[in-house]
Amino acid sequence: MKKPAFRVRSFFLAAYLLFALLPIYWMAMMSFKTNEEILSSFTLWPATFTWHNYHTIFTDASWYSGYINSLIYVGINTVTAVLVALPAAYAFSRYSFLGDKHVFFWLLTNRMTPPAVFLLPFFQLYTTVGLMDTHIAVAMAHLLFNVPLAVWILEGFMSGIPREIDETAYIDGYSFPRFFVTIFLPLIKAGVGVAAFFCFMFSWVELLLARTLTSVNAKPIVATMTRTVSAAGMDWATLAAAGVLTILPGALVIWFVRPYIAKGFAMGRV
Amino acid sequence: MTQVKPVNQRAWFLVAPVLVCVAFSALLPLMTVVNYSVQDIISPERRVFVGTEWFAQVLRDEELHGALVRQLAFSFAVLAVQIPLGILLALSMPSEGWKASAVLVLIALSLLIPWNVVGTIWQIYGRADIGLLGAALQKLGIDYSYTGNARDAWLTVLAMDVWHWTPLVALLCYAGLRSIPDAYYQAARIDGASRFAVFRYIQLPKMRGVLMIAVLLRFMDSFMIYTEPFVLTGGGPGNATTFLSQYLTQKAVGQFDLGPAAAFSLIYFLIILLLCFVLYNWMLRVGTSGREELP
Repeated sequence: MKKPAFRVRSFFLAAYLLFALLPIYWMAMMSFKTNEEILSSFTLWPATFTWHNYHTIFTDASWYSGYINSLIYVGINTVTAVLVALPAAYAFSRYSFLGDKHVFFWLLTNRMTPPAVFLLPFFQLYTTVGLMDTHIAVAMAHLLFNVPLAVWILEGFMSGIPREIDETAYIDGYSFPRFFVTIFLPLIKAGVGVAAFFCFMFSWVELLLARTLTSVNAKPIVATMTRTVSAAGMDWATLAAAGVLTILPGALVIWFVRPYIAKGFAMGRV
Repeated sequence: MTQVKPVNQRAWFLVAPVLVCVAFSALLPLMTVVNYSVQDIISPERRVFVGTEWFAQVLRDEELHGALVRQLAFSFAVLAVQIPLGILLALSMPSEGWKASAVLVLIALSLLIPWNVVGTIWQIYGRADIGLLGAALQKLGIDYSYTGNARDAWLTVLAMDVWHWTPLVALLCYAGLRSIPDAYYQAARIDGASRFAVFRYIQLPKMRGVLMIAVLLRFMDSFMIYTEPFVLTGGGPGNATTFLSQYLTQKAVGQFDLGPAAAFSLIYFLIILLLCFVLYNWMLRVGTSGREELP
């Protein structure tokens, strides 16, 4: 009775993985082809295997600076989001205070707001304060949806730690900052990892705000790619190579947080 | 969780940094939107107060109605496909060992791809001349073209979203499944429960919480979809795949119609806020009833 069911499940899983990986495979293969080959013949495997497209990206400043810009604002965003979210999540998980539920709900609404709604005012606001086309502008804009998310995840993890630990520490004479850093933080390490992972992910994949708030100096890789898409003669091969390179950081990060992902989803209730 | 949290108003100090951060990027912009929505901005110096005129105009906008209907149809299609598929996928994933890790990483991969790259991937996958999918469908004799045919474009955007986001549903369900103690399955085996009974009476109730979150997250996120169709179809052909965010961006940045765009933004925001409120209350209820079920 168990065997056929197992086989059906394996088959289904294999079919889904095929569906999931074929498009990625196609892009990866395309990144090793020449433009002539892409347009003239139809091959499942590159006939003339070339690193040329990657070479273009790593030597052309308009390409590789896009990656650097993206990594800078994603980094600023992730660190800031987790740092401000930590104390707030502690407050929400440990105390009740005036308006706590409303504030929490208000935070969540920001996660649910379409970035398109804030597009126009962000543009005006950052122009006024002179932050346009800086990494800080994009990082700040992304805080809008990453801070609520980080608070939400961390609150879930912190509520899983018994409050007796806090009380014992206070009785032992620990001050709040010292308790938080030396005792509490190590306990929720996994939660911090998961929160940072999600902040990284949502900042890395976002295009609309990142594209609108930058023009030259902080232009992210995602915006550089749309420019190539809309150009008249399409450079498919370079585009594919750039696409492959944008997947790599995510794949690396997910490999490291892999043991916590399932747990993070359950506890953090993302 | 049974204990009552102590009241401590000083906890506000801990929340303050978050409030400052989010207020700067949410409250100030929101005030600007409100400001624009009631004014006609002719030039930066000349602006006229127009009251609710823009709101009236936006609500009567036929194109907007079209975009809203398309948006709702799309969001429901997304849920109808992704939720069952995600559950099936979670049930098929191996539970432990290196296989579980490998499958987990492979499945989660599509979630970490920048959204415009998702569009690009499907562009070079679906095109009839250079794409694997497009070319294969042409070979089968199906006249498929996502740039020329409205139905094909719509189906391609849907397939892309399924490809992109089903893993989120699957991961949530997978996390829910992992939290079921082995004892439940042992009891079911002793009772001679069928595979379906195990699913219906053990796994589904245990997944209820995460499933609810998955449904609502997917609904919200598909409701604000922008980047993927923007790259893949640019909203076309015609406006077959122009959804709400796309339409709003066209108005705000493309035509720089500040007043109507701001009014539209506010209406859009209110729709989301309403849905959010339902979500939050739903989740709170699911959370508490889940706790009561624990032995």
